[in-house]
Amino acid sequence: MGVGIEVTNLNAWYGTNHTLQDIDLNIPANHATALIGPSGCGKSTFVRCLNRMHETNPIARVTGTVLIGGLDIYADAKPVEIRRRVGMVFQRPNPFPTMSIYDNVAAGLKLNGYSNHHVLDEIVEKSLKNSALWEEVKDDLKKKSGASLSGGQQQRLCIARALAVDPEVLLMDEPASALDPVSTSKIEDLIFQLKSQYTIVIVTHNMQQAARVAEKTGFFLNGRMVEFDSTHKIFTNPSDKRTEDYITGRFG
Amino acid sequence: MVIAQVPEIRFNQSQLLTEPALPGEQPSEQPAQQEASAIRAYLLSRGNSALADRGFHWLMVLCALSIFGIVVLIATELVVRSRIAWGAFGLDFFYKAFIDTYTGKPIYWDPVNGHFSALPFLYGTLVSSFLALLLAVPLAIGVAVFLTEMCPNWLRAPLAFLTELLAAIPSVIYGLWAVFVLVPLLKEYVNPVLIKGLGWTGFFADDNPTGLGFLTAGVILAIMILPIISSLTREVMIAVPHSQREAVLALGATRWEMIRMGVLRNARIGIVGAVILGLGRALGETMAVAMVIGNSPQIQRSLLANGSTMSAVIANEFAEASSDLHLSALMELGLALFIVTIIVNAFARMLVWMVTRGTPSSVH
Repeated sequence: MGVGIEVTNLNAWYGTNHTLQDIDLNIPANHATALIGPSGCGKSTFVRCLNRMHETNPIARVTGTVLIGGLDIYADAKPVEIRRRVGMVFQRPNPFPTMSIYDNVAAGLKLNGYSNHHVLDEIVEKSLKNSALWEEVKDDLKKKSGASLSGGQQQRLCIARALAVDPEVLLMDEPASALDPVSTSKIEDLIFQLKSQYTIVIVTHNMQQAARVAEKTGFFLNGRMVEFDSTHKIFTNPSDKRTEDYITGRFG
Repeated sequence: MVIAQVPEIRFNQSQLLTEPALPGEQPSEQPAQQEASAIRAYLLSRGNSALADRGFHWLMVLCALSIFGIVVLIATELVVRSRIAWGAFGLDFFYKAFIDTYTGKPIYWDPVNGHFSALPFLYGTLVSSFLALLLAVPLAIGVAVFLTEMCPNWLRAPLAFLTELLAAIPSVIYGLWAVFVLVPLLKEYVNPVLIKGLGWTGFFADDNPTGLGFLTAGVILAIMILPIISSLTREVMIAVPHSQREAVLALGATRWEMIRMGVLRNARIGIVGAVILGLGRALGETMAVAMVIGNSPQIQRSLLANGSTMSAVIANEFAEASSDLHLSALMELGLALFIVTIIVNAFARMLVWMVTRGTPSSVH
């Protein structure tokens, strides 16, 4: 089951560029939360701060507090531990091309020394079913490479890979922006199904997508969070003028 | 002005469409030319360069064919000039040795009495080269991993430059350095330890006090092939997309796990290629090896024993070969080296095929 995320006074930098400024945010457990905003507004940086991927860039820096299920991830944990609990799906599908479909899904577990084949088989099947890919790949799990799948299938494979380690939070950084409309709707259906079991944070360029899948939506602009509320309120009756301008297409 | 120019251009275009200039024909002879703008007149005066283009084509074909020519010339020369030895020994040259009737010991190479066998040189070439790979490959991959994944920025350029610089040093300099530095070093400090600790394996026998031998040759070869393997490995590692590293990190990998699963695994085909290139260089390397291997045509289990390689014996004896048979035997060794190189490369390609067949080689 998922856990909630409490962000207090989060600031992030790339070199001298202050990309996130004083973010305060409470993300509810077992719901989908969408983050919208124009390019470069900091929404991707924000999700990358939630699993400490931001700091893998040598010039990046973060201050503030992020509690995931009550655990202060910057003060009381190592990045490696955090990333085992917080799964991530990237903008471009990035399966491991040298591994079979099976090994792609099992990668996270094998990395952590898991080698019980019966359990691995079960987890791989369950994860692929959860990511709605099982029916399409079950016959060549160990025969085909992860790179032999189509773009949409690759992205669902990456979701399965993230789900296999049973994360408490699933971060998705524009997971459908590199995909065709059919694959996009499959990913959206998937998010809809998964959000009862996982806390999902999805960054998206596509406002309709946010409206379709998320209960809560946050609007980012120039490194600040302008508004955070229920998706319905954001899209029908936003309290901030800038949010209204953005969702009505006046800029961005 | 603009209106005045339009009909001119139109006129020229229609003229070009209806009457394309034939190759070699002087466009300036055409009446329309007088009305054309200066630039168009210039362009039309250039002709269509068909002749030059054809000339260029054949020049390049000639360049490409010269490669085949060189290979064929070398192979024929080696075959023709090794005929005497081939006639005298046949295939025995590669796997048999003359057995001395008094001592019962094999005599591999005795120019005075006309006994020639390639065996000790084949053995020496293979042993020293594989020893070099054994030492160089882990080191080279380590260097490449450090340079691409963990090196601080200020150190990266100088270190990469130094590694590549190693490749530019002439091999005779390596040989000299080996004779004056490496040999005493191994003799004084390394060999005694090996003899004491691993002497029981038979690979490190205490019967050669010179410090020369297979191990010394292997070490100097390892240093010589290090830059080529590490710089190529580094290039293929850099080519691994950043998204692969992030994918592994996001699963909760440590840095080493990220390098193993996200980088080395994706780069492995290129790394095998780099190792092949290193092996190719090690097999053919002559001068430095000739200076430190001891040049004694014998087959010994001990890596500390003297030996010789195919290229070393050719370099050492070619100028003073005493008989036609001797010269021909050296030629046949050259031919054998040629063939061994081809076999090793074929084997390595097979290895690449075995590594890659399970997964379609898709790079993104």
